Amino acid sequence: MWYRQGMKNWRSLVIVGAAVLCAADAAVPAARAADGVTLLNVSYDPTRELYREYNDAFAAHWKQETGQVLTIDQSHGGSGKQARAVIDGLQADVVTLALAYDIDAIARNSKLLPADWQTRLPNNSAPYTSTIVFLVRKGNPKGIRDWGDLLKPGVEVITPNPKTSGGARWNYLAAWAWALKHELGDLKKLDDPRQAAAVAAAQDKAKAFVGELFKRVPVLDSGARGSTNTFVQRGIGDVLLAWENEAFLAVNELGPDKVDIIVPSISILAEPTVAVVDANVDAHGTRKVAEAYLQWLYSPTGQQLAAKHFYRPVDTKSVDPADLKRFPALELVTIDKVFGGWKNAQKTHFDDGGVFDAIYAK
Amino acid sequence: MSLRPATAEPRWVRTLLLAITMLFLAAFLVTPLVAVFTEALRKGVGAYFAGFNDPAVRSAIKLTLLTAGIAVPVNVVFGLAAAWSVAKFEFPGKSLLTTLIDLPLAVSPVVSGLIYVLVFGLNGWLGPWLKAHHLQVIFAVPGIVLATVFVTLPFVARELIPLMQEQGTEDEESALTLGASGWQTFWRVTLPNIRWALLYGVILCNARAMGEFGAVSVVSGHIRGKTNTVPLQVEILYNEYNFVAAFAVASLLAMLALVTLAAKSFIEWRMTSAPASPAVPGDPT
Repeated sequence: MWYRQGMKNWRSLVIVGAAVLCAADAAVPAARAADGVTLLNVSYDPTRELYREYNDAFAAHWKQETGQVLTIDQSHGGSGKQARAVIDGLQADVVTLALAYDIDAIARNSKLLPADWQTRLPNNSAPYTSTIVFLVRKGNPKGIRDWGDLLKPGVEVITPNPKTSGGARWNYLAAWAWALKHELGDLKKLDDPRQAAAVAAAQDKAKAFVGELFKRVPVLDSGARGSTNTFVQRGIGDVLLAWENEAFLAVNELGPDKVDIIVPSISILAEPTVAVVDANVDAHGTRKVAEAYLQWLYSPTGQQLAAKHFYRPVDTKSVDPADLKRFPALELVTIDKVFGGWKNAQKTHFDDGGVFDAIYAK
Repeated sequence: MSLRPATAEPRWVRTLLLAITMLFLAAFLVTPLVAVFTEALRKGVGAYFAGFNDPAVRSAIKLTLLTAGIAVPVNVVFGLAAAWSVAKFEFPGKSLLTTLIDLPLAVSPVVSGLIYVLVFGLNGWLGPWLKAHHLQVIFAVPGIVLATVFVTLPFVARELIPLMQEQGTEDEESALTLGASGWQTFWRVTLPNIRWALLYGVILCNARAMGEFGAVSVVSGHIRGKTNTVPLQVEILYNEYNFVAAFAVASLLAMLALVTLAAKSFIEWRMTSAPASPAVPGDPT
């Protein structure tokens, strides 16, 4: 008797299982179908808050303009990792990544967008810029004022991994630029053929400096947000090398009683870039809305939202001066001037067998 | 020559061993479990439940249930077929098969995920064909299900194989001699004999299917509200400084673990006391 009862239960279990299978089958193709139109924005870590607000604003704007209901899906992660996912088939309509090199990588490895994508939008396709600053424990107990102080005895530095994180590559290059300036006094010497010997010596010093710096990194997270959490939540390290916007956000979210922002004497002009992924928008029939979505980033509303979320707007006229005051003036060098552009910087420093591998393996 | 009884250690040795065990359990199991619930309830019950009001969280729960709802039945079918083949037939490559079943346990989950990227990714083996037919496998629900099926593959089979090998084929042979059909033999003889081990495997398989992070993270694409399972959503909430919601959702997984544990103990007790199936020696996991 006991058996028979058990048997009945088993049968119903199998039937339920089969039903679940069928239901699942039916659910899968529905992934993209919906009323109106859907965009997927594949972005990097620190833009979560910006795009949450921008997406709502743009969807309302688009509805007003066209009457179409727009849903914007977001995916966030380390910039290099996200580029990899798009190459492997993540169906991004637009990519809004930490640096041009990652979008170049998509163009080079997948042909999903043309190689000259960066010329399609104003300001090198960077609707907002940022830079690298320091986040230290409240009151700055280790007395960190500039890049050189990072090598003080007993200072632990937190930065993500330059192999996977765009922010980390900016961190690395900003440190390198400081060391060059420190040695040369004037970065103009980089372009002066008569100074070649001095420049070569300064490059060696910079390599030694950055090498020493990375010896002080106890945890290399894969993305900027992971590093912020390591520093603030887990309480590891004395100084976090962070995106300016990420540093402001950490102070806002976690309370000004825990951390201070320190602005170094010199840093790098970080240009997070955006692009429509041509092959994907053509497949989805979303080109028009995807292009409008990125162009609207340059509108007064887009610029104000960028400034509100601590990105430096490229069009300062449309932004409230009170918001602009938050961004301290400092010497910002560009990657083109000091490192000969992203392609060179990537090849020399971050590719397998590059300078970063050499100094980090030591 | 006199044999020392096994339990005649000095009192202090026993106390010490017990203390070490308890300390370890407290440090590595109880404290984190308590921490999850304390953090989740830090801002009160209202904030705890508000965490589940987020559409992204609800979609993550739905996706996790769907994934487990597919992975578990698939693995039941596979586990039964594999255990049946290994226990009741002789064939070349049998030991290779039993070794292969364990493969997902030996491979890092990240590697399991990457395998699917290599096969189904845009530049993978099947990528161009899938694209031509407008099929999306990775960075969509099918990829998540495939990765989950892969990592949970051994759980049911590993529970059944030793038991069915031990039981042999006599019961089935008798049933067949008495005129039962193959199907009848399966439903009335084999299944009742293995049902507790099967249920045990299902429970372990389900726990892993719902809790898997690494492999799913690689193939998910992390699209909010679409391709995040519960463990991935916990990471996202945590990264967005939404700690209460992160721990509230994590507490779901912790509760799943507790329920799994309770069900596992119950089944172990049934397996050793049920009259229908012989005692199972040792822990098959």
